[in-house]
Amino acid sequence: MMMSSGSRRRILWLLVGVLFCSFSAGVPAAQDSIVIQSTTSTANSGLYDYLLPLFEEAHDIKVNVVAVGTGQAIRNAMRGDGDVLLVHAESDEEEFVADGWGVERFDLMFNDFVLVGPVADPAGLGEADSVSEALMRISRSGKFFASRGDDSGTHNKELALWPSAAIDPSEASGGWYRETGSGMGATLNVAVGMSAYCLTDRATWISFANKQDFSVLYEDDPLLFNQYGIILVDAEKHPHVNAKAGQIFIDWMIGKAGQTAIANFRRSGQQLFFPNASPSADVSASEQ
Amino acid sequence: MQELSSSFAIAFSLIGTLDADLFEIVGLSLRVSLSAVGLSLLIGLPVGAAIAIGRFPGRFSLIVISNSLMGMPPVVVGLLVYLALSRAGPFGVLGLLYTPTAMVIAQTLLITPIVIALARQTIEDLNSEYGEYFASLAIGLGHRVRTLLWEGRYGLLTVGLAGFGRAISEVGAVMIVGGNIDHLTRVMTTAIALETSKGDLELAMALGIILMLLALAVNLLLSFIRPSERVGKKPTAASY
Repeated sequence: MMMSSGSRRRILWLLVGVLFCSFSAGVPAAQDSIVIQSTTSTANSGLYDYLLPLFEEAHDIKVNVVAVGTGQAIRNAMRGDGDVLLVHAESDEEEFVADGWGVERFDLMFNDFVLVGPVADPAGLGEADSVSEALMRISRSGKFFASRGDDSGTHNKELALWPSAAIDPSEASGGWYRETGSGMGATLNVAVGMSAYCLTDRATWISFANKQDFSVLYEDDPLLFNQYGIILVDAEKHPHVNAKAGQIFIDWMIGKAGQTAIANFRRSGQQLFFPNASPSADVSASEQ
Repeated sequence: MQELSSSFAIAFSLIGTLDADLFEIVGLSLRVSLSAVGLSLLIGLPVGAAIAIGRFPGRFSLIVISNSLMGMPPVVVGLLVYLALSRAGPFGVLGLLYTPTAMVIAQTLLITPIVIALARQTIEDLNSEYGEYFASLAIGLGHRVRTLLWEGRYGLLTVGLAGFGRAISEVGAVMIVGGNIDHLTRVMTTAIALETSKGDLELAMALGIILMLLALAVNLLLSFIRPSERVGKKPTAASY
């Protein structure tokens, strides 16, 4: 049945109205807010979903998280597109501060990296005594290894591990060594899809939902330590940085409340991050 | 493929329970993409009409350029807008990066070439169809453009729908300029990308199903205001 032109016109006006509303609906009322340039592991594991409501309850500051790889997070922060940097690549972080982009770097928390792969473990990682031996076994077996290949904290860690096994994986790029150029979760999806071994931070792994027949095959080497740091972007470089709110957030994170909250965060009953801000950090921060 | 059935179950339970987060994300998706469509129609229709009717130097280049820009990858548009709106960029002082406004700008840039190219074609066809008619009445250019836009309104509605389809479905641009910030710039497509990277493929697919239902609803709603298809005949010059 055909609609009357009256009701057709009404629908047209309704659409015009919707369009108008969509223009006029603005950004919510201005509230003190900061942008964190963050690594993906902290966001994907749900840490922020747990921490931020606690922080926002204590302080009237809205925290907006942009979760990208560590390399991209650092470059975004250098361009001034964030107030706080929370990543895991210690030497890059120290360089960031030394070059004047950040005020000061604080240890925040740690966990570790693990090697995951198919339970059948064709390369025999279960028998390895060290992470370098595990990597050697992968390269010798010719089984696939899925690398992030995206200049992230995890990618940097992985690149630093290969020399310990005296292997240059770039020679096998496109062969058994496969660089996905993607985030941790996307790379894990690829690894699961092609039965490739993969280096991942434990937090992302535990909260990853598409494990299928994959499990942790190698862990607990001191080389696999994973330290997270937190840095306030320097307002001298980027005057618009919300230094006051950013510092309040950092003080909270490295202070007692934040550290306790980090320790209390659980996924599947497991603790994912272990707070390790030095107690004196709290004092030096308030002196800033 | 049994995931698909559980994805449907998740999708309908999210809709059925009026999940607040879901509605927020859907609302923002619609707000951003409809705004972008509105803006690109405002820009693209006059430009498309001008290219269709006008005869001026550079007209052919404009046609080729707008046609090729239709294939511009969203991630490139996102990158361009990011570089422009970043604090270190030329428009950094506006503080627009990581806001819905930035996402509207990116999507507008993405779909305006589509609107220009398709509108030009629609109007050009109508113009040649009505050419003698216009000549016999000797009406002015402004009147002519208005007439063509009005007579071509149903065709131009499809142009708008093509733009909307491109905008609501792209992820590359809004991811970069919006940042996928929870409760601020997260839209359907970036939420799907996020859930995929968390390995929660069923939830990701459920969101995909909801996105497709949304597109269906918008198209259905619009189909009610175009009677020509429903009665199966095209308005003719005589009806004008």
